[in-house]
Amino acid sequence: MMTSSDQGASGLAAAMTFALLLLAPLAIAGLALVNAGLGRSRSAAQALLGSLAMMAATFIAFAGVGACFAGPGGSAVFTIAGKNWNWLGTGPVLLVHLDKSPIEAQLAVLFNCLAVALAALIPWGAGADRVRLVAGWLIAALLGAFVFPLLAHWVWGGGWLAQLGSNFGLGDGFLDNAGGATVHVLGGACALAVVWIAGPRRGKFPKEGLATAMPGHNAAYVLAGCMIALVGWLAFNCAGALLWLHAEPVSLVVTAINTLLAAGGALGATLVVTWVRFGKPDASLCANGWLAGLVTSSACAALLPPVAALFTGIVMGIATPLLVEFLELALSIDDPSGAVTVHFVGGLWGLVTAGVFAPQKGQLLAQLVGIAALLGVFLPVVYLLLKVLDRIVPLRVDPDGERIGMDLHELGGGAYPEFVIHRDESYR
Amino acid sequence: MKYAGLLVMPTGFFLAIAALILFPDPARRGLFVVCGLLVQVLGLVVTVRGHLLNRGETRP
Repeated sequence: MMTSSDQGASGLAAAMTFALLLLAPLAIAGLALVNAGLGRSRSAAQALLGSLAMMAATFIAFAGVGACFAGPGGSAVFTIAGKNWNWLGTGPVLLVHLDKSPIEAQLAVLFNCLAVALAALIPWGAGADRVRLVAGWLIAALLGAFVFPLLAHWVWGGGWLAQLGSNFGLGDGFLDNAGGATVHVLGGACALAVVWIAGPRRGKFPKEGLATAMPGHNAAYVLAGCMIALVGWLAFNCAGALLWLHAEPVSLVVTAINTLLAAGGALGATLVVTWVRFGKPDASLCANGWLAGLVTSSACAALLPPVAALFTGIVMGIATPLLVEFLELALSIDDPSGAVTVHFVGGLWGLVTAGVFAPQKGQLLAQLVGIAALLGVFLPVVYLLLKVLDRIVPLRVDPDGERIGMDLHELGGGAYPEFVIHRDESYR
Repeated sequence: MKYAGLLVMPTGFFLAIAALILFPDPARRGLFVVCGLLVQVLGLVVTVRGHLLNRGETRP
């Protein structure tokens, strides 16, 4: 039976979670700015309008359909080898009776709404300058209604990944502090699928020679976006620790410090690597490094000691510029926002380190099983879903639209009407 | 090629799940989960190779 002090502590945690979640949209705003800045000037308005449209689509899709699959209230369970495998939530659609649900359930819906909006911006950034607004909107709706809720249920809704501890003695089950798996690895997998299906930007990989450099059009947007995103990330990580890991409010300071250390370590490492490699620090790669550090913290900030968080960030910061270059030059992956490296690889790295540094026995194995589910189920499913979507509603704009820019083609006006727009040939 | 790789990836996932069910021994279970992940990496490599652009051929 709950004592009055327990109720007081629970009420404090709920109030803190709610207050933190009101700051979490800053992560989405920051990422939207980064995506817009890393794209071309002739697609900037479409990129930002698209980000708003993605948010709207995910909110509606998740609230309307997704929440019933994600939540713990009612579940589809099957039994294998005497163990229950809880694989899907079966709650009410359209958030019926949400107002009468416990406060934790309401906060979980709010967290999930914001998390899926952040996840939807990841493929939108990867497909910058060529993916159509309507296609991006539909991708976000698919993510919000079906794909994200399934994973969120497995991880946060009492699903089989969360039960790996009780069913198989693997630590505390698969742990994801604030969306390392559900937001970033899933969003990164979606970004990879978008890049593969939509193909590279026109002129990116010429018939002969190296890939054409297409730098982001506004480094100030990108770097300001990184700073804004930090606030949102701190809020996400602390709210996630309270909501999903049931952390004590007093432990949130360490979670916040770990977030700062992971981001700071990653930025410092990327700064040094790009300085050594190119003779000067590279602003866009440093922004990618900063975000990659934040992404790793999403998976593990509440689970690690500060030194381990710093180490995690430094390793990701070293890997980020090298991976961005490798993906572009060796694998012909045209990813303007670096989403595959930052979110997909960064999220996976964070999940692994959460297992490596966890004191619980079997935690690393639980994390590896979770990663196997992400790679073995969600990457193929997302790819096939987007491939089918591409047949029905082509993801990529027609060549003429790409030539004149997404702003003029899709919106009828540019973000910077007084600027002279460069032709493709000017990049040669 | 790309679809073959995508089909290999769930195979690795099922290998990891089978390890959980079949092996109570932590060492053997861990080994099979790692093997499942390696199979997935193999599938990912095949998928990536399937998407590599052929320089000089069809490209936007």
